[in-house]
Amino acid sequence: MELFMSLAVGILFAVGVYLILSKSLLRIVLGTSLLTHGVHLLLLTMSRLKAGSAPLLGEGAERYTDPLPQALILTSIVISFGVTSLFFVLAYQAYKKLGTDDMEQLRGREHE
Amino acid sequence: MNNLVVLPLLFPLCTAIILFFFKEKVRIQRAAGAAGMGATLLACGLLLAQVLRSGTQTLNMGGWMPPYGIVFVADPFAALLAAAATLVSSFCLLYAFGTVGKERERFYFYPFFHLLLAGVNGSFLTGDLFNLFVCFEVMLISSYALLVLGGTKIQIRETIKYVLVNIISSTLFVAAVAYLYGVAGTLNMADLSVKVAAAGQGGILNVIAVFFLVVFSLKAGLFLFFWLPGSYSAPPMAVAALFGALLTKVGLYALVRTFTLVFPNDPAITHVWIGWMAGATMALGAAGALAYRNLLSVLNYNIVISIGFIAFGLSVSNRPALEGVVFYLLHDMAAKALLFLLAGLILQARGTDKAARLGGLIRSQPWIGWMFFTAALAIAGIPPLSGFGGKLLLVKGGLQGDSFVLTAISLASSLIVLYTLIRLFMDVFFGEAKEQPAAAAVPLRGHVVLAGALCAIVVLMGLGSEWIYQAASAAAGTLSDPSKYIEAVLKEPV
Repeated sequence: MELFMSLAVGILFAVGVYLILSKSLLRIVLGTSLLTHGVHLLLLTMSRLKAGSAPLLGEGAERYTDPLPQALILTSIVISFGVTSLFFVLAYQAYKKLGTDDMEQLRGREHE
Repeated sequence: MNNLVVLPLLFPLCTAIILFFFKEKVRIQRAAGAAGMGATLLACGLLLAQVLRSGTQTLNMGGWMPPYGIVFVADPFAALLAAAATLVSSFCLLYAFGTVGKERERFYFYPFFHLLLAGVNGSFLTGDLFNLFVCFEVMLISSYALLVLGGTKIQIRETIKYVLVNIISSTLFVAAVAYLYGVAGTLNMADLSVKVAAAGQGGILNVIAVFFLVVFSLKAGLFLFFWLPGSYSAPPMAVAALFGALLTKVGLYALVRTFTLVFPNDPAITHVWIGWMAGATMALGAAGALAYRNLLSVLNYNIVISIGFIAFGLSVSNRPALEGVVFYLLHDMAAKALLFLLAGLILQARGTDKAARLGGLIRSQPWIGWMFFTAALAIAGIPPLSGFGGKLLLVKGGLQGDSFVLTAISLASSLIVLYTLIRLFMDVFFGEAKEQPAAAAVPLRGHVVLAGALCAIVVLMGLGSEWIYQAASAAAGTLSDPSKYIEAVLKEPV
């Protein structure tokens, strides 16, 4: 199971990196969110995907899944959510004020 | 158990929350912001005094024993850096009064400022790797806001790049944490140190160590500094001073912490990598500083050079080099902030940063001129000033550690620092202005006095090197011997 998850994470990373290297700002934002998806799945995978009950003591199970990475992922999800929404608004402002979403045109000081 | 440890994080956080309620009342924002900063400074000072007197202080959050809960650790290194960071940011805060403009002040400038300080102090004081990530994010998200606040074209453009680079490095940080958790099964730094040492740090752990090196290098601007010169020339100078003095230093702190505490066991691989990255950083930063003639670019590349300098000390990692790292970090925070504040005053006086249009400023602003001269000498490391002690220790460590090439690069880069800053001084303050600038205002007397106070601190840090050295030596003592840190954190409850 870990092998398949690792492959999926690898694919997400590859697609994310490809999108980040493109010219259009929106594709870059999408690339960053694919990267964060990949890294959250990686965090889940690295804590071993052994079968066990959900980490609720009321379940009264023999064994539970590891609760720590789930808390880490939850934290990381809200952080990346906040940053992604900031990035989207920034892209919108760039479109309104600079009139372009092409990263090639967003460089240098000579356009001032 | 000592609740004082968390106050340098808690005070700015509470101040920021209170300030959110006074959006339109700029005077209240300033007064309450300054009061909160004063309280933070007091807490940092008390914490530092306590740590230097009676050793490393820890606080187990919620009473959970480490490694199960989050622990805050104030060893001498962290306490010193938190105190220095708070002191420097209090100067930046006072400089921001009257320079950032009413528009920015009314749109939550001060709350973001305090949240940034909360993130910085939290990063210094935390003893947990994931909590370090969260504190980094608190700091970074505030820095995004401070960078873009005002919304000029250049700010928006540079913020996009800065945000993108930091999203990628934060993603890599989480990936590195995931791998390390998968191998070691813990996130508490002291516990990690024990487990990594027990596993011998071969193979996979070295790969993870290099992963962390890449992550923190992106944050600190060590070799991967391509984002730094552009981003730091966009915001208003009060913010640029804060960034230049603090943000990269937090990345460096994280590098020093991980490679002295968690991954010190295989220096033949990790520390050699750090060494070459440091050498390249110094050389490339020197090339950049030589290439430009405008104020901000030269200062930004000087930040890069000093990052390389500190990382060179980390790569050697013997006792004098670590003392030098601590000493030079403290000096560099104060001196870089001073240099940026002076650059801000120059911009106010002339309204441009192109050296060709400046010139002859010494006639109208002699104080700013001679303070700039002092700061330049301090950063180059001329003996009575603050940069000398740290550089001396670093060079001594480099020679003792037989890394002659890096020592030579560091000395040559000091020479280039001196050359570029004095060239800037001559360009800006002597000769005649080639063309008269269009817009110019006289800098406020209060801001000149403020820069004078910071300049006095830089000079006193040099004159009082003996005391700073004692503190730096205590900090290097815990850095070079991880068992002290581990013992302080993982000790049995009393």
